[in-house]
Amino acid sequence: MRRRLLLSSSFRLICRVAVYSAILVLVTLLSVVLWLAMERLTLQFFQRGFSLIPDRAGIKAGIWGSFWLISLTAIFSLPVGIGAAVYLEEYASDTRLTRLIKVNLSNLAGVPSIVYGMLGLTVFVRMFGMFGRGIQLNLLSGWLVVPLPFGKSVIAGALTMSLLILPVVIITTQEALRAVPGTIRTASLALGATRWQTIWSQILPASLPGITTGAILAISRAIGETAPLIMVGAVTYCRICPGGIESVQTLLTDPQRVLAAPFDKYTAMPISIYGWITSGPPFMSVAAAGIVVLLFVLTCFNGIAVYIRQRARNKLKW
Amino acid sequence: MSSESISNVPPSVKGVDRDKDMSSHPINVESKGVNFWYGDNQVLFDVSLQVPERSVTAFIGPSGCGKSTFLRCLNRMNDLIEGTRITGELQIEGQDINAKDVDVVLLRKHVGMVFQKSTPFPKSIFDNVAYGPRIAGQRNRAYLADLVESCLRQAALWDEVKDRLQDSAMALSGGQQQRLCIARTLATKPKIILMDEPASALDPASTSRIEDLIGELCNEYTIIIVTHNMQQASRVSHQTAFFFEGKLIELARTTQIFTNPKQKQTEDYITGRFG
Repeated sequence: MRRRLLLSSSFRLICRVAVYSAILVLVTLLSVVLWLAMERLTLQFFQRGFSLIPDRAGIKAGIWGSFWLISLTAIFSLPVGIGAAVYLEEYASDTRLTRLIKVNLSNLAGVPSIVYGMLGLTVFVRMFGMFGRGIQLNLLSGWLVVPLPFGKSVIAGALTMSLLILPVVIITTQEALRAVPGTIRTASLALGATRWQTIWSQILPASLPGITTGAILAISRAIGETAPLIMVGAVTYCRICPGGIESVQTLLTDPQRVLAAPFDKYTAMPISIYGWITSGPPFMSVAAAGIVVLLFVLTCFNGIAVYIRQRARNKLKW
Repeated sequence: MSSESISNVPPSVKGVDRDKDMSSHPINVESKGVNFWYGDNQVLFDVSLQVPERSVTAFIGPSGCGKSTFLRCLNRMNDLIEGTRITGELQIEGQDINAKDVDVVLLRKHVGMVFQKSTPFPKSIFDNVAYGPRIAGQRNRAYLADLVESCLRQAALWDEVKDRLQDSAMALSGGQQQRLCIARTLATKPKIILMDEPASALDPASTSRIEDLIGELCNEYTIIIVTHNMQQASRVSHQTAFFFEGKLIELARTTQIFTNPKQKQTEDYITGRFG
């Protein structure tokens, strides 16, 4: 009896040690990073781009690069991902093919991101070498100039990122759609609604919190990804912001630059950090500051996701 | 067993005159030799019956006897299940509902359905009732407001919810939710209302309200109700159909089924020997 009790309490102790040691490591890491970052985290850090001098280095180009990368990734991946999930859950009949697709979606979600990087390099950056040295398409009477292949541009990175997060978006959307009770579907159809009306006015609104949460988490994964970006050519030492847009005001008032931005060179926050870390000890504190900014953005995204989920849980009870 | 031993038939609810002569009512639903399969499993065998307009027909029988399946054939809800097959002829107001050119969406507006589990949409009470007409393209606010009020009144729910039409329907009690579902069905202006055990999940007071409601609605609508509760079947219906193992064993006036059934199986079921 005493032995059993002893075993029970020691197991509890081991579990507790596991939790606290994990927390301890995390807290240590975070405090060291914060400590190092302290002297750099000034307003200037957000106003400056690449520099060989640590005192003048900033994360502006990284922030704008990540902004473009993530916005385009969201634009590409969310409609396709949500559409695919709606088709798989609501329309597709249960054939061998659809089952094969569903099973392989989870496999795709587990593929290492570097593989997507290689894929992106071949398909989007080089386009299989189809266009030789490259051509330029002039669209919208010269307003939009599209280089083919895309080369090491924001759009190539965003398309690669979209492929990377698509399986995650599809799977989380499928789960959200499945969580809507079947009775809602039948009740709506029994009232003479078409499939489209049922999906649009009942199922999508009811599953929207779940879909949004999944989308935000997928996007926040894309913000932190580094490996595929190195493959598809995000530049470590990048002085400029895509399209030369350095303020929200320019973003809203200069459509020509906005149209040019997706085809520009870029860097991203994790890439900048990677660059600083490999630049030697003088840049250590700069890298730390970059990490703090990146962590802050990620925490915000996850916070929004948690908030939406909580609110939906309180509001909807089946 | 002699017919005296069959239980006394309880009095009918107000509005349901079980002795009413239905012979002048046109036939609203007619089934001729309907067979139905889930995959390779046949669940309905040669079901033929007629339902007169503005009457209440109750389907009774043990679980799995096919009564709900047959009910769902009437608004083609079985289409949603993969691998089902139907043969025979099902006519509603003289029209074959399984014909190729039938618009299922229109059919379901014409043949409303109330489910066992109340299924309010996670929207306001008003939006729940207005859902049917809205998806049919009705946008006129004044018209919708009138329609919602009259449907809620018909469903005997208006007085309880008139001050909180914009509140979520999920906050209503189970019985109120089921009456809301009936109001929602009425809003599409159906001719026929199918009820699949509408009161089986409700407490006795709410059940009796639903039964009273059937009594009021049957003067305007043709109602077909599936129920496990034989007392309920005898209270609310003009005619009763007894299903057993996928076959329609007997269809007759409710008073007759419950006092003097022709078939031995019906009598055994009603007297509680099985089922």
